[in-house]
Amino acid sequence: MTTLARILAIIMKEAVQMRRDRMTFGMMLVLPVMQLILFGYAINTDPHSLPTAIQMEEDTPITRSIISGLEVSGYYAIVERTQSDMESDSMLARGDVSFVVTIPKGFTKRLLRGETPQLLIEADASDPSASSNAISRAQVIVQRALAHELYKLNGDPQTAPPLFELVIHPKYNPAAVTQYNIVPGLLGVILTMTMVMMTSLAMTRETEQGTMENLLAMPARPIEVMLGKISPYVIVGAVQTLVVLAAAIWVFKVPFLGSFWVLSLGVVIFVIANLAVGFSFSTFARSQMQAMQMTFFFFLPSLLLSGFMFPFRGMPNWAQMIGEILPLTHFLRIVRGTMLKGADLHQLQPDINAMLLFTLFMGAVAMVRYRQTLD
Amino acid sequence: MTQELAIDVRGLVKRFGSKTAVNGVDIQMPRGQVWGFLGPNGSGKTTTIRMICGLLKLTDGEGECLGFDIRKDASLIKAQTGYMTQKFSFWTDLTIRENLEFVARLYRLKNASRVVDETLDGLSLSKRQHQLAGALSGGWKQRLALAAVSMHHPKLLLLDEPTAGVDPQARRDFWDEIHRLSSNGITVLVSTHYMDEAERCDRIVYLANGKKVAEGTVAQIIDMSGLITFRGEGENVRHLAPQLEHAPGIDHVAYFASALHVSGSDRSAIRHALDQLNDDGADWKEVRPSLEDTFIELKARAGDDTRQHA
Repeated sequence: MTTLARILAIIMKEAVQMRRDRMTFGMMLVLPVMQLILFGYAINTDPHSLPTAIQMEEDTPITRSIISGLEVSGYYAIVERTQSDMESDSMLARGDVSFVVTIPKGFTKRLLRGETPQLLIEADASDPSASSNAISRAQVIVQRALAHELYKLNGDPQTAPPLFELVIHPKYNPAAVTQYNIVPGLLGVILTMTMVMMTSLAMTRETEQGTMENLLAMPARPIEVMLGKISPYVIVGAVQTLVVLAAAIWVFKVPFLGSFWVLSLGVVIFVIANLAVGFSFSTFARSQMQAMQMTFFFFLPSLLLSGFMFPFRGMPNWAQMIGEILPLTHFLRIVRGTMLKGADLHQLQPDINAMLLFTLFMGAVAMVRYRQTLD
Repeated sequence: MTQELAIDVRGLVKRFGSKTAVNGVDIQMPRGQVWGFLGPNGSGKTTTIRMICGLLKLTDGEGECLGFDIRKDASLIKAQTGYMTQKFSFWTDLTIRENLEFVARLYRLKNASRVVDETLDGLSLSKRQHQLAGALSGGWKQRLALAAVSMHHPKLLLLDEPTAGVDPQARRDFWDEIHRLSSNGITVLVSTHYMDEAERCDRIVYLANGKKVAEGTVAQIIDMSGLITFRGEGENVRHLAPQLEHAPGIDHVAYFASALHVSGSDRSAIRHALDQLNDDGADWKEVRPSLEDTFIELKARAGDDTRQHA
């Protein structure tokens, strides 16, 4: 019986300590809820409403019915009408749209003459899982739309569906190699995890061990401490980048179509953005344990909402909006854009800007929160 | 004459939320002296020291440290002050040498490496310079910390309980070092709970409940307290304590091996209480109150800590 009493004593002590550490307690409650929401609502492995550009070179009841058929299917959301191939290509490279549907001039006339005209769908296949369902449904969707339209024209339900040829261009990753998409993305995930965790731990360790008081008592300015603490990890990030890139290129044979320098610029900004997050966390966390928890709290949505694990365009709007804030989302577009699509600086400018804005904000938070006194 | 005062602070107040840690402390400390900072745990010593060296913002009050405004010129004060924290706050996962080199670089000392060499020699730690600082014993850690905070030749040293938990030999060595630094003109304010250390100071400031309740030399504080102490010696004198503790006129009873000290502020009342004892085994004599008796008396007079509601 003595044993039970002791176990009870320890249980009670543990419960009290758990309640005192409100941060941990909160995490234990918030994390499952967050995971439920993210996995339950945000993530969709059969993505619908994928942004699509239409390059319509003629406007007839038939072509209009094809477009409405695509929209009604739920897989394609027509967001743009483009005029030229160049415009279409650029939108696809930037990732503004997942598909470009081109209906060539004379499509209707040749269809009615039974000349089997071509209908072109170009797809951003860099993430095979995002586009495959929509692509595989396209034939049926267009066929149904045409059958319906012809029935309206001649009133004969028995009319055989007209013949057309659906040409699909899966761009950027035509062989649908999953690694091509995952491996470059992994670079962003690894950098997020290590940069945020390392900085937040390095700073909170000083507080936890009491060395921060010593550091503050010496004449070092906040900016000096911040830059000094962060710089070594920029080097760590650079080494990690080189290792992952080398593995991607030589081991996984991921193509590298774009500019190494554009990617490098992206990496530098991305690393600084994550270090700023880590530094900010360290100004809130009172222990290394709390810093770890905060890191996890940031890491989980980054992993799930950035488009790393699940198709970004397949998520509901609110989830995409959160995703747009996270630096990993933009970094993924930059790393996949440069490597798989050969995107240039101009095309990636919006993502660079978004990361810069995030960095400025986080840097400001870190500077405001960093205390030069022990108050 | 601010120039001659190393520390000149008036009405220091520090509140943390609803708790007032320091409640109107004045200190005017001349340059070149060694002052002791005493008071019970939680009396506000550490908070006061932190305010003086710019580690905490003042809630109220004003003053100068080394002629610089403690509200505005924290960085100038830090450059000329050495502050040794209560808890060892150097990097235990750096070696002794690496710690000193880091500090030397932060203060941007010229010939940092030579200064570190000299400091290590002075500490007789040259042979152990590549050991991790965390591996040092308590006494050595404190000596290393003192050397580190005085490497940049500060004009003022603020030492927060530097010898807590350190053995007597190490404490004596430590104090020899303090006096050596002081003879070079450095001003030293050192907080302590040890009476023998208080007696090594030129002057003592005693805090209780966030207020200064006494200041002066050891002799002045004892005299000022007006405390009367009688010492009783004898085989069974200890058995008298329970009786004496409740006797009118006797405020404190302190035990020694075969002696008792009884103290109060009224000599005749104490005598009367002692006469009432029907024990002839003890031999009672009036003695000069010890500093310890005096401090316990000062603490008792300061009353209960009511700062929570201040």
